[in-house]
Amino acid sequence: MFETLFWQAAKIWAVLIPLFLAVAYLTYTERRVIGHMQDRRGPNRVGPRGLLQPIADALKLLFKEIVIPTYANRALFLIAPAMTIMPALAAWAVIPFGDGMAVADINAGLLYILAMTSLGVYGLLIAGWASNSKYAMLGTLRAAAQVISYEIAMGFALVGVLMAAGTMNMGGIVEAQQGPFWEWFWLPLLPLFLVYWIAGVAETNRAPFDIAEGESEIVAGFHVEYSGMAFAVFFLAEYANMLLISFLAATLFLGGWHSPVEGVALLGPALDWVPGTAWVLLKAAFFAFCYLWFRATFPRYRYDQLMRLGWKVLIPVTVVWLVVLTGLVYGGVGPWF
Amino acid sequence: MRPLSDYLNSFLFVELLRGMRLTARHMLFRRSTTLEFPEERAPKSPRFRGHLALRRYPNGEERCIACKLCEAVCPALAITIDSHERADGTRRTTRYDIDLFKCIYCGFCEESCPVDAIVLTRLDTFHMERREERVVSKEQLLAVGDKYEGQLAADRAADAPYR
Repeated sequence: MFETLFWQAAKIWAVLIPLFLAVAYLTYTERRVIGHMQDRRGPNRVGPRGLLQPIADALKLLFKEIVIPTYANRALFLIAPAMTIMPALAAWAVIPFGDGMAVADINAGLLYILAMTSLGVYGLLIAGWASNSKYAMLGTLRAAAQVISYEIAMGFALVGVLMAAGTMNMGGIVEAQQGPFWEWFWLPLLPLFLVYWIAGVAETNRAPFDIAEGESEIVAGFHVEYSGMAFAVFFLAEYANMLLISFLAATLFLGGWHSPVEGVALLGPALDWVPGTAWVLLKAAFFAFCYLWFRATFPRYRYDQLMRLGWKVLIPVTVVWLVVLTGLVYGGVGPWF
Repeated sequence: MRPLSDYLNSFLFVELLRGMRLTARHMLFRRSTTLEFPEERAPKSPRFRGHLALRRYPNGEERCIACKLCEAVCPALAITIDSHERADGTRRTTRYDIDLFKCIYCGFCEESCPVDAIVLTRLDTFHMERREERVVSKEQLLAVGDKYEGQLAADRAADAPYR
């Protein structure tokens, strides 16, 4: 009993510690990458090439005062950051980092992911409401409408994955994509893959869908009133969610731990020595980079444009493709089904 | 009815991809234009208007003759001058204070000065720790002038043909 508990805890920390490090260095990478995209340099003063910048930032936030506004709802105000980070971290339990390398190998993995990413919005809502501030309230309203709209498209896209793989188990989904890169799900599910990715960016409130934060119009949206570690927790949750969506995209559509040339003559055996985990990380890193790339490239959507895209483009596209997919699966088309 | 190509363009992300290509090109192939400030600085014109200074003649005699033209022309009333007759019969300043908070670095004092005594240097990075330090005295101004005399003379010489 105690021993299994210990190993469970060890597994959880084995995911969490690298995750926190990854979040810290994602912020650093973001500033460097966007800096270079804008012909700047980004942080390069703290430590060699600025590599200690995230640590300096974390220390700064740690020592800052947490200001609680007078008219804020104190209890909810303090509980909101926890409500945001909890699902952002909990969702990592079912992500397979390699063959059988998940904290919890549960059969309803995909459903669990959907549930957890949806829960995240509650922390955000509570934060905005409890702050008792106009900007926070507006940010919250936007965030709620946005996340709920895009969740539908995202859910439909995941239904496609479910149909293609025939299982909700995350490991099972990856195993269903066994083979070189053209046998992964991104090809037969291409529209769903793109919809999933767009909805994923929207779900994490990142540019160009960051109207909930909208620093140029509503200052920082739901977290205007937060400072110090409370703010840092929101920040952490946001970046953990970004990484989560990246890992999900790699797992569901890009064949998880499978090598892109698996089973190909010559090239396949030549890359056999690369561990599956490295492929997962590489694929997820690409998507994480795309987040930064988008942020440096695209201007923010206006609220009505965002709603139009979600309801009138993404959802119809997914519904149509689900019908097509039914035909594909039923007919056993290609190497995929 | 939008033409079909419009739909194709938006569904194939043509414009989005074009934008992403642009940012990628900037990241990979453009050198950053950032100057790393304390180590690297942007070039300055000889006419740069920074911190004020009082100059001396090469023999060490201070140039200022307390004519108070600068005090009169100063639009911000930043200059305060008191004068007396020195033992050798020349008029000199006993006090030449400049309030750096009032000063707007317009350079009128330098233009009005008949003996090129008050000048604006290239010094653009200076600070004070207490509020009172904003008023710089004659001694401080002369010290700045002594420190940058070479540069000041060279800048004046470079600009002389255009005056």
